[in-house]
Amino acid sequence: MAEEGWEPKIVAFCCNWCSYGGADTAGMGRFQQPASTRVIRVMCSGRIDPLHVFNAFLEGADAVLVTGCHIGDCHYVNGNEKTEVKYKFLEEMLQQLGLEPDRLHLNWISASEGERFANFINDVTAKVKELGPSPLKPEGVK
Amino acid sequence: MTEQESTTNEEAEELRIGAFICECGVNIAGAVDCYAVADYISTLPNVVTSVVNKYTCSDAGQAEIKNAIKDLNLNRVLVASCTPKTHEPIFRACVEEAGLNQYLFEFVNIREHCSWIHMWEKEDATRKAKELVRMGVARAALLEPLESSEVPVTDAALVIGAGVTGMQAAMDIGDMGHKVYLVEQGPSIGGKMAQLDKTFPTNDCSICILGPKMVEVARNKNIEIMSYSEVEEVDGYVGNFKVKVKHKPRYLNIDECTGCGLCTEKCPVEVPYIEFNEGIGTRKAIYTPFPQAVPLRALVDKSICIDCGACIKACERGAIDMDQKETFSELDVGVIIVTAGYDVYNPEPNHDFGFGLYDNVITTMEFERLINASGPTMGKVVRPSDVQPPKRIGFVQCVGSRDTNSNIYCSSFCCMASLKNAQLLKEKYPETEVYIMYMDMRTPFRMYEEFYNRARDMGIRFIRGRPAEVTENEDHNIIARIEDTLTNEIVNLELDLMVLSVGAVASESTETVRQILKVSKAADGFMMEAHPKLKPVDTTLDGIFIGGMTQGPKDIPYSISQGSACAARATRFLAQGKALTEGITAKVDEDICVGCGVCVPMCPFQALSVEDDKLKILTALCKGCGTCMAACPTGALEQSHFKNEQLLAQVKNVFAYGEV
Repeated sequence: MAEEGWEPKIVAFCCNWCSYGGADTAGMGRFQQPASTRVIRVMCSGRIDPLHVFNAFLEGADAVLVTGCHIGDCHYVNGNEKTEVKYKFLEEMLQQLGLEPDRLHLNWISASEGERFANFINDVTAKVKELGPSPLKPEGVK
Repeated sequence: MTEQESTTNEEAEELRIGAFICECGVNIAGAVDCYAVADYISTLPNVVTSVVNKYTCSDAGQAEIKNAIKDLNLNRVLVASCTPKTHEPIFRACVEEAGLNQYLFEFVNIREHCSWIHMWEKEDATRKAKELVRMGVARAALLEPLESSEVPVTDAALVIGAGVTGMQAAMDIGDMGHKVYLVEQGPSIGGKMAQLDKTFPTNDCSICILGPKMVEVARNKNIEIMSYSEVEEVDGYVGNFKVKVKHKPRYLNIDECTGCGLCTEKCPVEVPYIEFNEGIGTRKAIYTPFPQAVPLRALVDKSICIDCGACIKACERGAIDMDQKETFSELDVGVIIVTAGYDVYNPEPNHDFGFGLYDNVITTMEFERLINASGPTMGKVVRPSDVQPPKRIGFVQCVGSRDTNSNIYCSSFCCMASLKNAQLLKEKYPETEVYIMYMDMRTPFRMYEEFYNRARDMGIRFIRGRPAEVTENEDHNIIARIEDTLTNEIVNLELDLMVLSVGAVASESTETVRQILKVSKAADGFMMEAHPKLKPVDTTLDGIFIGGMTQGPKDIPYSISQGSACAARATRFLAQGKALTEGITAKVDEDICVGCGVCVPMCPFQALSVEDDKLKILTALCKGCGTCMAACPTGALEQSHFKNEQLLAQVKNVFAYGEV
C-alpha cells in the first residue's frame, strides 16, 4: 500500500496536433488536475516507441499514457492506427512484466477536448493511487 | 564562417544553456514560485544562466534572451512559459536573430500544463514546474541544429465554398493579382445568403446586395469558378498543395447552355424544391438553381429524370448531354482557404416544439423562403396546413442553440434574424400579432440594439420564456404553453404559425473537407482556429485558413470580414513567393540500416523506399511524423529533433533521487 500523501508519477506521451492541444485546452479552461502527470510531446502518436514506454516504467513511472488524435483525424493520415497496433503489443508485454493493466492507457483526445483530457488525468491518477507505486520503480526515486 | 556556424562548432566543446522562466504576469507566478524554479535550474549541469522574466515574450524579455546569447555565449536557450503552439515561432525567431540555430531552442510549458491546472496547489505546481524545466534542460543539451528549407510557393489559391465569405476571399485575392480557384459543391455560388429574404439591420434585400457581388466574382479575370464540384483529395504542404477536384455531371454542356429555361418548361417531372426553397414549391428534373444563379446554367437531377427526352428536343443549342460523366481536375495551389459554410439546425429528429408533428411549425429558413418576393409564394406569407395567411405568428428563439440537449453554443445571428422577420411581417401585414419567445435577446454591434428597439416600437410582443409544451388544436392552430418569466404568468398562446429560430451546426460536407485537410475540430463541431484571439482565421496547418461559418456561427458582416482576413493572411505567402518548411524529418544511418523495409509501409506519404538493400528517404515528401522510426528494428532511423536519446532524456528526467 502507498504511504500517506503519496502522489503517483505519470508520463503522458502526447501528439503535437491533438492531445497536446487537448492538454493546452484543459489549461485554458482551468480544468484542475492532480500534479501527477508530465507531458512529453511528440509530433505523432505513431512516433511513440515501446522503448519509450518501457523506459518510463523502468525509470519509475507509476503509469504511462499513450495519447493521440481520434482515429480518422490523424494529422499524418493514419499514424494513430499504427499506434493502436503497437499498443496491443505493449498491453501484452505489460502483463508479462507483471504490471497491472491500469498502469497503461491509450486515449484519443482532440485539441478541443480539454475537459476530456482533465477527466482522463483525474481518473487515471485516482486508479493508480489505489494501486500504489509501480513494482518496477527503482528504490529512492521521486 | 557565419556566427551561426561558429556556435554550432563550439557546442561539442562546451554546452552553455540559458533558462528563462516566465511569470506571465500572475498567470504562472500566481501558482508557481518562478524564483524557486530558476534557483533549482541554475544547479543543473550545463546551465549558465537561469533568470525570471515578468513576460519573456515581451520586447524586453526577448532582448534579454538575445543579449544573454551574445554576452554569455549561450548555445542553447530554454524558455519555460506558455504553449509552443502559439509562442514557439516567436522564440525561435528571437534566438535566430541572435545568431543561434532555431532548433537549439527548447520550450517548456509551465502555464497550460502547470500553473493553470494546479491553481491552488502552489507547492505541487512549483515542484512540477521544476521537474518540467529539468526535463527541458536535459533535452536541450541533446538538441542539434537543423535547417528548415525554403520552398517556392505556387502563385494560386484554392477557396473551398462560394458563399459570401468565400466570394469575398476569392475577390480580394483576385484583386491582389493572384489566381484563385473557387470550388463550390452546389450548382451556383452565393451560399445560404442567396436564400435569405432581407438582411439585418438595414432590411435590404439579400439577393439585391449579393447578386451584384456574385456577378463581380464571375467577372473577375483571376477567379476560376468551379461550380457543382467537390474537393476530393489534397496532398502536399504550404506553397505546394496538389488538389484533386471532382466536377459532378450537370448532364449538359455548360458552355452551350444559356440558362434560357426552355428545357425546364418542357420537363414533365416535378418534385419539392428542397435544396433552395426548403421543400416549399417545386422544381423540375432539369432546372436552373434560381433566377440570379451564377453560373446561370441548368442541371439535370438524374435521380428523378425519366429520360423522356423532352428537354433535349426543347434545347435550341443542343446543350443537353445525358451521357455526361463526372470529370476531375488536378490543381496546384500555394494556399487553401476553407469557407465551406454550415447547416441550419434540423429540429425534425427530436420534434423540437412540435416540428415535424404539426404542419404549422416551421423553421426560420422556411420562413425566409415564404416571405421572399422571389420565393415559391412570391412573398405571400401563408401557413402550410391550409395555405391561409396567418394572423398570429410566434418566433421561438434558441432552437438548437444554448441547449444542453443539442448545442450549448449561441448561434449569435438568430435573435437578429427573428427581429428582422418580425419587422418584415409588421411592415407587410400590420394587423398581424407577432410574438418573440426568448431567453435573452442578444443584439451587439452597430445599429443592432437600435434595431431591437425599433421592433419593440412596432408593437412586436416579447415573451421571456420558451414554450414548455406545444400542441395543436382542431383548426391546426398551435397552442404554446409558456411561462413569461418576467411576469411569472403561464400563458397558453394560440398561434396560426410558429417559426423556430434555428441555429447553425457544422455541416456534413464541411466535416468531409475538414477530414481531407486534417484541420482540427473544436468541441462545437466547427473547424478550430490556431488561436482564439490572435489567429482567428489561421489553422495550425501552414497555408490553410478558415473563415465564415466554417469557423463557427456568425452573421454576414463578421463572415465577410473573415473572408477578407483569410485573403490577407493567405496572400502573404503568394506575394512573398516562398515559404519555410519544418526541418524536422526522418534520417537514416546507412551503416546500421539492413534494408529490411519494415518502415516502408509505415510511411503514409510514400517518402521511403529500399534500393540496393538500403533505405532511401525522399526528404521533400517526409512530413516528420516519426512513425517509421518507431518501427525500425535496428535503430537506424531517427527523427531529427525528436531523436530517441532526446525523448529518453526527457523520460529519465521526469524522475530524480532526493528532494527537488
